[in-house]
Amino acid sequence: MELELITANLGKIDPTSLDAYLAQGGYHALRRVCEATDLTRFTIELKNAGLVGRGGAAFPTGVKHEMAIRAEPNHPWPAPDWVPERYRHSSSYIVCNADESETGTFKDRVLMEGDPFRILEGMTITAFLACATVGFIYLRGEYLLAYERLTHALRVLRARGYLGKKIFRDDFAFDIEIRRGAGAYICGEETALFESIEGKRGEPRAKPPFPTDKGLFQRPTIINNVETFANIPFITLAGSAAYRRHGTEKSPGTRIVCVSGAVQKPGAYEIEMGTPLRYVLETLAGGLKPGSALQAILIGGAAGFFLRPDEIDVPLSFEGLNAIGATFGSGAIMVIDDRVNLWGVLLRLARFFRNESCGKCFPCQIGTQRQLEILERLTQGHSRKLQETDIPADELQLLRDNGAVMRDTSLCGLGQTASNAILSAVDKKLVH
Amino acid sequence: MSDVTLTIDGQSVTVSQGATLLQAARQLRQDIPTVCYHPHFTPPALCRVCVVEVEKSRVLVQSCSRVAEAGMVVHTASPRVQLARKVLFEMLASAVDLSAAPEIQAQAETYGAERDRYGKGVKRRAFPLFDDNPFYIRDYAKCIMCWRCVQACGEDVQYTFAIYRAGRGFDAHISTFEGVPIPESTCVYCGNCVQACPSGALQPRRAYWMEQGLDLKELARVSNLEQKEKSKL
Repeated sequence: MELELITANLGKIDPTSLDAYLAQGGYHALRRVCEATDLTRFTIELKNAGLVGRGGAAFPTGVKHEMAIRAEPNHPWPAPDWVPERYRHSSSYIVCNADESETGTFKDRVLMEGDPFRILEGMTITAFLACATVGFIYLRGEYLLAYERLTHALRVLRARGYLGKKIFRDDFAFDIEIRRGAGAYICGEETALFESIEGKRGEPRAKPPFPTDKGLFQRPTIINNVETFANIPFITLAGSAAYRRHGTEKSPGTRIVCVSGAVQKPGAYEIEMGTPLRYVLETLAGGLKPGSALQAILIGGAAGFFLRPDEIDVPLSFEGLNAIGATFGSGAIMVIDDRVNLWGVLLRLARFFRNESCGKCFPCQIGTQRQLEILERLTQGHSRKLQETDIPADELQLLRDNGAVMRDTSLCGLGQTASNAILSAVDKKLVH
Repeated sequence: MSDVTLTIDGQSVTVSQGATLLQAARQLRQDIPTVCYHPHFTPPALCRVCVVEVEKSRVLVQSCSRVAEAGMVVHTASPRVQLARKVLFEMLASAVDLSAAPEIQAQAETYGAERDRYGKGVKRRAFPLFDDNPFYIRDYAKCIMCWRCVQACGEDVQYTFAIYRAGRGFDAHISTFEGVPIPESTCVYCGNCVQACPSGALQPRRAYWMEQGLDLKELARVSNLEQKEKSKL
C-alpha cells in the first residue's frame, strides 16, 4: 500500500528552503550521528534494517558501508599521483549515483527535484561514518531542474554550515560536488561512473576489486542510488525496528515505483514492499486507458523482464518477483496494452542495448549487435503477427545462446541484462 | 605471504597469495584459452574467453584477473563454460577477419565454434587498410579489440599514448587522436604495438606487402611515387 517514508515532503514543502526541511525534522539524523559516541551502532542498524540498493542490483547497503569503512584504514597515504590535489585529502569517497538512465525510471528525478536536502543529508551521514571528506553526485545531464535544485541546496548548506568545515563538530569536514553525465547509459554502471568522474572513457572495470575497496581514484568508495541515500536519514533516526515494520520480512521498507505506459495516471508512487502489482496498476495508476486491454508489463526497465497479464497479482518485493523469474530492478513498471506491436518494442530494446554498449568486452560489443540482427531477421515482413512456428528452431536457439552467453560472461550489468527482456518475452510466449 | 588452497576441477591446488585463477589452473596443467590476456600487460579482462565457473558466483568469472581465494571451488570446463567459449568464438568469427590469427582459429575449432552460425549477412568490422607510414600497416578489419596495442603504446610499455580507443559498442575501434595519420600522431615507431597484436591487424609494412605478392623494388617505387605526390602538395 502507499506509504510516505521518504516522499513525505514531496509537493508539501518548498524544495529550495532549508528551513522548511529543518522544520520537518531535517538534519536531526545527522546531528544525532555527530553527537554519538558509538559510531559502529549506526552501520549495524543500517545492516539490520535490511535496506538494499535501490538502483537495481539490490546489494545490501549496510554491508556495503561496513566493507568500505573497514577497507579505509588499509589504504596508505598518499593517493596515486594523478589524483587531483583537491581530492587527495579524502581517504574515501561518497558517490551518489543520480545518472538514472534506466528506461522508464524517474523516481530519482522526483526525489531530487522535490526534496534535495534529504539526499544530501543521507550522503553527509554516510560521509561522517566513513571518514570521507569529498562526495560526488553524478547527475544525469538532462535533469536541469534537479541540477538547479541541488546546486541551490549545496550553496545554502555551505552558507549555513551543514557542509564545509566543522559540521556540527570541529573534526568533521565534508563537501559535495555535482558532476553531470553526458547521456551514456553505461555511465550509470558504478565503475564506469568512476572512470567518467576521473575524466576517462566511461568503460566498466573488471570486478573485483569492488568499489568498497578500490573505487573512485583507487580509494574505498561508497556509491549508492539517490533513493538509497534518501532512506538513510529515516533509518538513522527511527532505527531498524521501525523500518522493518514496513514491507515484508525479506524486503523491508518502501520502494518508489515508476508507472508509465497505457495507464490513466502514470507517475512515481512510493509503496510498501510486497504491495501487489494489481493494486499499483488498478488503484494507484487508475487502471488502463479506456478501450484497451493489457498485453504485457515490462518491469525493471530495459534491463528487466516482461510479465504476462495473468502475473499481475505478483507481490512487488524482491522475493515475490524472483519467484516468477523477474527482478525489481530500478522500479520501472511499463504497461503495454494490446494496441502495441510487441515485436516493435523488442526491436527497440535490442537497438537500445546495441547503441549503449560501450564496446569493451566481446560478448556485449558483438552480442548486442547480433541480438538486434536476429530480431530484425525474425520480424522482417511481419508487421504484427508472427506465428510461433515461423521462428526457425535454429534462430531461436541462436537467440537463446547469444543471450545466455551475454548474461553469463559480460563484464558489467549492461551486457548481463541486455537479453533479459527479449528472452523473457519469447519464453513467456508474449510474442508469437 | 601466506598460501591459498582452492579446488579446481576436483583437484586441490595451493598457490601463493595474489595468484590468479589462471595461474592456479596452469599450475595444475589445466588448459584455459585466452585471447586478450598477455603475461606482460595488465589484464583488461575483456575477451571473456578465459571465464570459469566459480561455485556461488552468479555469473562466470574471468580467470585472468580474478585472484584465487581460499576455499574457492572452480570448474574450468563445465557445460556452461564450454558453451560460453563456443559462442564467444562464434561471435568473434562473425565480426572479425581472423585469417591472420591462426592461434585464435585453432582455439575456436577446439571449442566447436561454427564459423557462420550468425549468418553471412551480418555486420562485420569494415575499415580501409591504413598504410600511412613506412614501418607498419593497420588493417582494422582484422582487429579483435583486445587493447594490447593501446596498452603497449600507453601505460604498460611505452608511455607514448599515440593510439587509444574510439567509438563505442560494435563501432568501437582503435584510433589515433582525431584519426590523424600515424606520422602526425605522437607515435615514436617503437614497434611494441605490432609485436603485441595477436590477430595481424598491425603488421610490419614490408612483410605485409611482400605477403601480398608485391616485390621490394615495386614497393620502393610505389613509396617513392607517394613521396613525390606528397611533396608536390
